[in-house]
Amino acid sequence: MAANIKEFAEMESYFAPGHGSCSGCGFPMIVRTVLKAAGKNTVACIATGCLEVTTTQYPRSSWKIPCIHSLFENAGATISGVESAYRALKKQGKIKDNINFVAFAGDGGTYDIGLQSLSGMLERGHKAVFVLYDNGAYMNTGNQRSSGTPYAAKTSTTPVGSVLKGNMLFRKDIARIAAAHNIPYAAQAAVHDWQDLFEKAKKAFAADGPAFLNVLSPCQLNWGTKTDLAIEISRLAVNTKFWPLYEIENGVWKLSYKPQTPVPISEFLKHQKRFRHLLEPENKKYLEKMQAGIDREWGLLEKQCAGEKNGV
Amino acid sequence: MSGKKVALTGAHAAAEAMKQINPDVVPVYPITPQTPIIEKFCYFKAEGQVDAEVVLAESEHSVMSISVGASAAGARVMTASASQGISLMNEVLSVASGMRLPIIMTVVNRSISSPLNIHCDQCSTMNVRDLGWIQLFAENPQEAYDFTIIATKLAEAINMPVMVCQDGFITSHCVEMLEIIDDKKVKGFVGKYNPKEHLLDTSRPLTFGAWQLPNTYMETKIEQQEAINRALKEYPKVAKAFAKITGRNYAFVEKYKTNDADAIMVATCSTAGTVKAVIDRMRKKKKKVGLLKIYMLRPFPKTEIAKALEKANAVCVLDRAINFGAEAPLYTEIKNALFESKKKPRVESRVFGLGGRDIFEEQIEAVFNSILSNQNKEKKGGNVYIK
Ligand SMILES: Cc1ncc(C[n+]2csc(CCOP(=O)(O)OP(=O)(O)O)c2C)c(N)n1
Ligand code: SF4
Ligand SMILES: [Mg+2]
Repeated sequence: MAANIKEFAEMESYFAPGHGSCSGCGFPMIVRTVLKAAGKNTVACIATGCLEVTTTQYPRSSWKIPCIHSLFENAGATISGVESAYRALKKQGKIKDNINFVAFAGDGGTYDIGLQSLSGMLERGHKAVFVLYDNGAYMNTGNQRSSGTPYAAKTSTTPVGSVLKGNMLFRKDIARIAAAHNIPYAAQAAVHDWQDLFEKAKKAFAADGPAFLNVLSPCQLNWGTKTDLAIEISRLAVNTKFWPLYEIENGVWKLSYKPQTPVPISEFLKHQKRFRHLLEPENKKYLEKMQAGIDREWGLLEKQCAGEKNGV
Repeated sequence: MSGKKVALTGAHAAAEAMKQINPDVVPVYPITPQTPIIEKFCYFKAEGQVDAEVVLAESEHSVMSISVGASAAGARVMTASASQGISLMNEVLSVASGMRLPIIMTVVNRSISSPLNIHCDQCSTMNVRDLGWIQLFAENPQEAYDFTIIATKLAEAINMPVMVCQDGFITSHCVEMLEIIDDKKVKGFVGKYNPKEHLLDTSRPLTFGAWQLPNTYMETKIEQQEAINRALKEYPKVAKAFAKITGRNYAFVEKYKTNDADAIMVATCSTAGTVKAVIDRMRKKKKKVGLLKIYMLRPFPKTEIAKALEKANAVCVLDRAINFGAEAPLYTEIKNALFESKKKPRVESRVFGLGGRDIFEEQIEAVFNSILSNQNKEKKGGNVYIK
């Protein structure tokens, strides 16, 4: 299953270049990798958001596979409908091929407004892969906070002021929420580790039921990073344990990668304007709170992954 | 006729038509008084009488989203809803019509909150009349059944979604005799649905739902307008073909003793039956009264409506709906239809039956007498209520 970089590069791409995302944006790499894992016989659904507006401006489209955009909050339901039609028409012999189904949505379209429709898709057992490209805010509308926005991040609705220091809430654990639907496969991945993402996507499409991928998607524009830093930022997110890589396969939790030497969160933050205030001495308590949150989550995850060996 | 006489509620009549059509995908969500439709359909599924993929959705927003996905994937899709359900799916209704997807939905007319009320009126149905769906209104179980079949053929002929509306409880829950057509004839009439373009054709990848800038958006909307208006040409053809197999003729409107009428009442759905009974009684007393029952509200058959009404002296439009801050919806439409007529009858409005309040024959007779004698000369438009 594992591909080397040469094979990977030579694989047919179903996501055309020439789309309108900002230079150095994370999601084109995610979409390309996931679609390479899915192959030609795949139908995609996209939620309203940066991915959609940068790839489907009439009369152009970046999608070399069939693709549907309906609304912001209904990617889960829309792909459920497409997949139901497939089952109905396949039964009648009208469709011969085996087809994969994938929905792409941002954090707003997943953690927030799209959560109900995602839950429906997972609970009903539609055989489709839901890919969350998580850039940590409502980017298409100009960087407003979502419930996937990291603690203390500055967004346009969580500005840094004299009283409030950015987003004062911790984000939901969306992969855990998805996994709690008892689906066969859920995983967290990041864009810099294309091999891990590719293999997770392969597993997701091969799963006997719904699958969920949460992929970190750097947004240079609103994270306030250099445009050539997406890969490095993504790597730092993982090495600082801000974004653990793991998978939950048939209820068994598994860490995909364990950073060798722990890197403090400030290493991840210092490249990003959205976190700049956290590095100021007077905001030390917020930085500590963020680090404590990360350590807590990591501890929980490690415990859960150890459970696998104990046969829990 | 080859039909079979059965006794069914309006809800079960709609479900029976859905069973005979045997669509590919049926997403469902319960809401009174629509629920018996989907319950019956789920029963047919459990008994193996339909092949449809029934999708037990988690909301009406998702019901319509699933419908859109399935229809874009080339499936024949049917569903049913009412009231808050229609309001919740509002956003997706315009996606269905904008993408030109021939989804069929039975709408059971029910009031909308607040206050909560589960009974019949047409507010939620009227609210969505401008979203690009064809709207057909059924008086009784027979028409609810017939229109479900007609709607399927019409929708697919012009790629437009259709709502078939019947009154909550009054029609949906009351048993009446109706004639159902033999299964084979229904299937033959609606034919197979084989759209030329759909999402599951991976050899021809298409993008559905692209966004458009001001330089093309307007053309798309104008095309959509032309497309829904195509129903004005297509519907008579479909109705004629339907009459051939059933003997039941459906025009855009039903004219009940309107030809020589001095006063005409305009109504939709179940109320039409009550008005007819009043007309029969008043005709015996030599009062020249008639009824214009609207079958199709969208697209609006303006010419037919104007023609049927313009010879009368007085017209009264019965609205089981209210437009806050404006005149009642059907009344507004009818006035609009008559605006260009040379001879304009006096048009009055009556708002009645909100939240399921009963309307009685005596009340309708009183309205007829009032408009015949022109008692309300001073009342131009505005909201006049039958309480
Ligand atoms: C019902 C509804 N509410 C609000 C919007 C406005 N809206 C469009 S895209 C978007 C943000 C999308 O955020 P996210 O899902 O995180 O994707 P991103 O743009 O960050 O890639 C919003 C708020 C909408 N289209 N529909
Ligand atoms: S705003 Fe951010 S997420 Fe959107 S296209 Fe630009 S870099 Fe990508
Ligand atoms: Mg986002």
